[in-house]
Amino acid sequence: MNEALLRDLIPAVTGVLVRRGADFATAEDAVQEALLRALATWPTDPPADPKGWLITAAWRKFLDATRAERSRLAREARVAAEPPPGPVDEPADPADTLQLYFLCAHPSLTPASAIALTLRAVGGLTTRQIAEAYLVPEATMAQRISRAKRTVADVRFDAPGDLATVLRVLYLIFNEGYSGEVDLAEEAIRLTRQVRSMTADEEVSGLLALMLLHHARRAARQTPDGTLVPLAEQERSRWDTTLIAEGVTILQAALARDRLGEYQAQAAIAALHADAQTVSETDWVQIVEWYDELIGFADTPVVRLNRAVAVGEADGAPAGLAALEQVDRAVPRYLAVEAYLRERAGELELAARLYGDAARAATNLAERDHLTRRAARLNEAVRGGSRG
Amino acid sequence: MAKYLLLKHYRGGPAPVVDHAPMEQWTPGEVDAHVQWMRDFATRLEQTGEFVEHQALSPEGTFVRHGGEGRPPVTDGPFAETKDLIAGWLVIDVESYERAVEVAGEYSAAPGPGGTPLCEWLEVRPFYGSAPAVAE
Repeated sequence: MNEALLRDLIPAVTGVLVRRGADFATAEDAVQEALLRALATWPTDPPADPKGWLITAAWRKFLDATRAERSRLAREARVAAEPPPGPVDEPADPADTLQLYFLCAHPSLTPASAIALTLRAVGGLTTRQIAEAYLVPEATMAQRISRAKRTVADVRFDAPGDLATVLRVLYLIFNEGYSGEVDLAEEAIRLTRQVRSMTADEEVSGLLALMLLHHARRAARQTPDGTLVPLAEQERSRWDTTLIAEGVTILQAALARDRLGEYQAQAAIAALHADAQTVSETDWVQIVEWYDELIGFADTPVVRLNRAVAVGEADGAPAGLAALEQVDRAVPRYLAVEAYLRERAGELELAARLYGDAARAATNLAERDHLTRRAARLNEAVRGGSRG
Repeated sequence: MAKYLLLKHYRGGPAPVVDHAPMEQWTPGEVDAHVQWMRDFATRLEQTGEFVEHQALSPEGTFVRHGGEGRPPVTDGPFAETKDLIAGWLVIDVESYERAVEVAGEYSAAPGPGGTPLCEWLEVRPFYGSAPAVAE
């Protein structure tokens, strides 16, 4: 049984229930229960019409859940009677699926709630899978999802939505999630592809291209035991050229429509890195230009910090340090960047100290260990030099 | 979201602001009220989608170090009365550092003798997170 295909059907099934008059929260619970039954029974007994099976099963669960309410609902004449047996002939409206994305990314939700609800209601992941992916107990994640559904309970299903909120959630899933049984990066890519199939917005293409271009290089980014490998040292033969080619194609088509945005700009930077056969061939001058474009859409300390790195590569370490002067010192990784630029400028003792400080300020272990190693390497060089 | 460890100490940490007798001097009702309060707190955190785990530790134990090639480990116990001693922990998954501090402030108000809040000092420590996929 292809689990990804099963999960592809989930948002459409939820959409059908909501169109029949079910409230989102109860519909979503009913669909999740149908999903769990499908996961349990389909491996040995696959249905001829998977979508029809899910709709029928979910609708039955919904009716069971709302048995007491049904007489009232019947009076309101909003709810269709249980459909006759046979294939379900209810075309899936792509607009319904997109509406689900908007609902799950509603601005009233915290980022963590939006992520959990999106992965559940749109991604079709089980609560257990989402809990495992984010390293919290299942009961906690179940509550997080329930609270999220209560938060959006009063939002109309067909209320107009802001695509930017959806893209932000998908970006967070791609970038920050832990992975266990479910590969969250692949999941984010799958969902972004689905959104892209339902809208022509160039920023969706930009985000998909960005994801593909980073995902293509994932295998080279860490050694099997989790040691971080910086971009300059990555084995480029381990980059997935198919994903890079696809990312570049999608990005170029979006850029040609001349409706630039932050994700397209970020993707362009990633494409320039992915395009270089060796780190020395990287077109840093163009990368700096793209950072200037990116600042036009998203002027944040993180972007300015990364721009300073690019300036250092394009125009030399002193220029990079000058650019760094303009960046907020409190931004994460500031010290790591300054250490790197000081090292390139030949100020080895200062760089070694800064790497040590940066290691203490690191927020993830791979980075901490990497910075500690750089500090140790420089300290050894400095000691060796003074003995020479 | 980020994970934080809230560490309770039997002793150690800044000077206590509330002077209270050790738990074996409380009334059984006060002990029950304290234990129930802790359980209810964890349940509330589960309902807000923030609870990860909690553990209580016995005050018994020892320090251990490698004893040398072919030798048994060396122990140093029991714990000295003047030194820090961890009593247990609560792990939470929250939106911000500010929220972690807020939760710790509430957790610190567990009731002691007479039902008054203990206001014990809790050590708040961030977990290391995961490396971001987008790194440039």
